[in-house]
Order: sequence, then C-alpha cells, then structure tokens
Amino acid sequence: MTDKPVKLYTLSTCSHCKSTKKFLNECTVQYEFVEVDLLEGEERKAILEDIKKLNPRCSFPTLIIGDEVIVGFKEKKIKEALGL
Amino acid sequence: MDVEKLFESLRKVQELKGYYFNKDKAYVLELLSALILNKDRYGYMVCPCRLASGDREADRDILCPCVYREPDVKEYGSCYCGLYGSKEWRAGKVDVDYVPERRPPEKMGF
Repeated sequence: MTDKPVKLYTLSTCSHCKSTKKFLNECTVQYEFVEVDLLEGEERKAILEDIKKLNPRCSFPTLIIGDEVIVGFKEKKIKEALGL
Repeated sequence: MDVEKLFESLRKVQELKGYYFNKDKAYVLELLSALILNKDRYGYMVCPCRLASGDREADRDILCPCVYREPDVKEYGSCYCGLYGSKEWRAGKVDVDYVPERRPPEKMGF
C-alpha cells in the first residue's frame, strides 16, 4: 500500500468520478477530494487554476497519486500508482 | 421530473437516432438524475461529467446529448459519460475502456 498523498478532483454529478471514489474506497486508500461543481466564485477559480496545471483539459476525475496525474477512471493505472 | 419517465422518453427518441442507453440501468438512472439536478441548478440539462459554466451559450456544446456524442460513439462506441452508445456497444460487442475528453479546452466557459 502506498504512503504517497492521494488527491482527487471530482464533480458531484459525474459517473466516472463516482466510480473512482468507489474504487479508492474499496482499496481502503485514504484520500482527499474536492467536488469542484459545488464550489463557487474565487474558491472555484483558484482550484480550477490548480487543476489546469495538472490536467490542461480540466476534465474530471483528475487524480493525483504522489507525482502521478491520472485523468479519468483508469483502474489499472490507479492500481499501479498505488502499488497494488 | 420523474427519472423513469425521462428514461422512457429519451430511450424512445434516441434509439430512433441510433443511440442506445448503457445496458446498466442503475448507471443510466444515476446519470439521468444528475441531468435533472443540473436542470434545477442551471436551467438546462448539461452533461453531468463536465463542469458547466452556468452560461447556456457557453455550455451549448455540452447540453446532453452533447455535440461530441456522435464522433465519440463512432470512434469508441460510447459517449464520454458512458450514457449513450451504439447498438453493438450496448450488446457488449465493443469494449470501451476509456473515452477521452474531446471538448477543446478553449470551449470551457470558465
């Protein structure tokens, strides 16, 4: 199991985001997540700037495991990055 | 709006156009509920898998079904969300792992 920090940017309505969360939960991984569609104003703007630096298309889910950025729900890649 | 009613009305209209719902009905109902939620939030049924700007004009290309559905179904078998796809995809004859975001970043209204 990884000791790398895991951070997830999602939309509360997005199916692939839900699948990613479910998968991380099943893997019993501790992670931080932000539901970007629920943010407003300056807070949303600031988070979007952060995401764009990691994923210029600013699509969801954007998952960061250590230094690795995984865009979309890609089970195999997530497992590899987590060392599972 | 009732999600089952929306399911039936969209299914009929979209199947005539050659687009079929995901065979996982629970998955479809979850996305349709998200569309209903977005209609309440923004006033229009915008793609649940993309961040809406809240400006209908700027979000025009991602009103569901989005303008990217046609090329995505042609190339991958399903749309970006996995809501709609081809008849073959629904029948499980097309293996879709991941549909990348086709919307150009400059189109994002935020």
